[in-house]
Amino acid sequence: MLWIAIRMLTGDAQKFYGLLFGIAFSTLLITQQLTIFVNLIERGASGVYNAPEAEIWVMDPVSRTTDVNYAMPSTALDEVRSVPGVEWAVPHLRAAASVRTGSGDLEGVAIIGVDDATLIGLPERLVEGDKKILAQPDTVIIDDGGVVNLFENGEDPIGQRLELNDQRAVIRGVADSIPSFTSQVTLYTKYSQALNFVPGTRNRLTFVLAGVSEGLTADEVAARIEEQTGLKAETREEFADAGVNFIIENTGIPTNFGITVVLGFVVGVAIVGLTFSLFIRDNIKQFGALKAIGVTNAKIVRMVGAQAALVGTVGYALGVIGTVAFIYAFSGNPFFKGFYIPWQIPLISLVSVIIILAITGFIALRSVLSTEPAAVFR
Amino acid sequence: MSTGQDSGTPMDTSAIGGCAPEAAICARGIVRDFESGQTTIRVLHGIDTDIKPGEMTYVVGESGSGKTTLISIMCGILWPTEGEVRVFGTDIYSLSDSELVNFRLNNIGFIFQQYNLIPSIDAAANAAVPLIAQGMEIEEAREKAKVLLDKLNIGDQADKLPSQLSGGQQQRVAIARALVHEPRLVVCDEPTAALDANSGRRVMDLLREVAVAKDRACIIVTHDNRIFDLADRILVLEDGEVTHDGTEMPEDH
Repeated sequence: MLWIAIRMLTGDAQKFYGLLFGIAFSTLLITQQLTIFVNLIERGASGVYNAPEAEIWVMDPVSRTTDVNYAMPSTALDEVRSVPGVEWAVPHLRAAASVRTGSGDLEGVAIIGVDDATLIGLPERLVEGDKKILAQPDTVIIDDGGVVNLFENGEDPIGQRLELNDQRAVIRGVADSIPSFTSQVTLYTKYSQALNFVPGTRNRLTFVLAGVSEGLTADEVAARIEEQTGLKAETREEFADAGVNFIIENTGIPTNFGITVVLGFVVGVAIVGLTFSLFIRDNIKQFGALKAIGVTNAKIVRMVGAQAALVGTVGYALGVIGTVAFIYAFSGNPFFKGFYIPWQIPLISLVSVIIILAITGFIALRSVLSTEPAAVFR
Repeated sequence: MSTGQDSGTPMDTSAIGGCAPEAAICARGIVRDFESGQTTIRVLHGIDTDIKPGEMTYVVGESGSGKTTLISIMCGILWPTEGEVRVFGTDIYSLSDSELVNFRLNNIGFIFQQYNLIPSIDAAANAAVPLIAQGMEIEEAREKAKVLLDKLNIGDQADKLPSQLSGGQQQRVAIARALVHEPRLVVCDEPTAALDANSGRRVMDLLREVAVAKDRACIIVTHDNRIFDLADRILVLEDGEVTHDGTEMPEDH
C-alpha cells in the first residue's frame, strides 16, 4: 500500500512539487538563517580566534570583549609575568583609529598591536607578505577583509601608504584572519608601533596574552592571575564565549534572525499544510474507497506517513543542498569568509521539518480517518 | 418489514435467528437512524431480508428510500442502529473494527458509482488494489489483475492511467477491482447511472457473466428502470421499508 501512497502523491505533480517547495523553502530559510546567525555571532570571538597562541587573556576587570575593553597600566604585564604557572606573557593593544587613504578617503579601523619580539597576537597565516616584515618601520599588516573594504577598486594593497594619527603607515602584508563582527578594517602592527599610531592616553595596554606552564591548566592559571593581580583573566574559550554572548545580549540580532527562522517554520506549515490538505481533499473519495474495500486506518496512517516521509526527505535534502550552494556561492565574499554549517543546524532543520510534517500530516489525516467508508456510496 | 410476496426459490429459514443456512446475507430487524441537529430521522424501519448466492439482486427505490443505507449496512460499512446482519454466516457487527475491515477485504467486492479509481496508478494496479491490500506483491497482484482485465476485454489498456480510459473502460477496471480477490459478495452502486441504455445493458450483461456465481451473491443498487428486466430478484424500498420482494418489478412501478 505504501507504493500506492507514493504513486498517489507523485502522480499529482502540482501538489507534489508544491509540497517539496514548501519543505525545501522552509528548510532553506531555517538552515541558511541559522547558519548566518551562528557564524555572525561567532565573529564576536574573532579577536580571540585570530590570536591562536594566547591561552589566557588578562584584562581590566571591567573589560568584556576584545572590542569592549578598558586599558590597564603597563605594569600589569610584569604583574602577570610574576604569577607562578604563567609560562610567558606579552602585551596586546587593541584600539580604534581613523585612517586616511592615499585617495583621501577616511575609514575607521581597528589597530592591533602585537608583541614586538614574538609577534604573538598576529593571525597564524598571512595571505601576502611575511610576519618578519613587521620589523620594518611604519609597517602594518591589513586583514584580507579590510583589503576589500579599503581598496574597492581592486588595487594591490602592498606598499599602499595610509595616514594614521598624523603618522605614516605602510601596508606590507595581508593577514588571513576571521573578520570582526562589524567587518571593520583591521591593521596589525608591532606593539611599540601601535603606541605611536593610537592617540595617547595614560594607559594603553588593553590585554596581556599569557601562556600556561606545562602540567597546569589554563583555568588554574587564570584563577591564580585573578587572585594575585586583581585583574580579570579568562581562558581562550571563556573569552571567546564572552564575545559571542556580548553580541547576543546587546544586539537585536538574535531576535531578528529568530523571527526569520520562525517565519520559515510558519511558511512551511502554511504551504505544506494547505497543499497536503488539498491533496487529501482531492483524494478523499479514493481514501474512502480504500477504507470500504478493507484498508485499515492503521494502513491509511502509514500511507500518509510514507507520503510525508517522501516529501520531507526530498524537500529537506533540497533545502540543505540549497544552503550549502548559497554558502559556497558567497564564499568569495569577505562577509561570508569562513562560514560553515555546524552539524547542529541541519539537525534543527530536520526536527523542524518533522514537526511541520507531523502537524500538517495530522491535520490532513484527521479528515481521512473521520471519513466513513459509507460516504463513498453517497 | 416485508420479506417477500414473490420471492423465487423458497429458503429454509429454520437456522439460527431465522436465517437460511445457504443465505449470503441475512438481515434481521435492521433499523438505522440519522441525527440531524436535534432531530432523529429513521431511514430504515426494521428490515428483514435474505440475499441468496447465485442471484443478481436489485435494491431499487426512489432517492431517499434508504437503499444506499441498506446496502451499506449489509456490506459492513455502516453500523445499524438496531438489528443483526450475517454475511455468509458471520454476524459482521459482532466483529471488532479490525476484524470487520479484514472481513470486507476478504469477502466483499465493491463497484462504486463514480468508480473511485486512483488516478496516478495504471489500470492493472487499480484493479489489483484489494490484492495489494491483502499483502500480495505488487507485480504478482498486477499480473493477476491483468488476467481479469483480459476477461473484461480491456487487457490491452492495463498499463494506462484512468484518465487515459473512457468511462466504460474505467467501469470495467472498477469491476475488475471488485472481483480480483474473488469475493463472495459483490456490491454495485448505480452501475448504469451514467450510461446510455445500450451501454447500461452491456455492463449488466458483463456483471452477470463475471460477478454472478453459485457461491457468490451480487447486490445492485439502482433506480434505472431500463435494466430491471435483467434482475433475478428485486427488492423495492419505500420510505425505509421493503414494499416488494420478487423476481419482477410490481405493476405500479
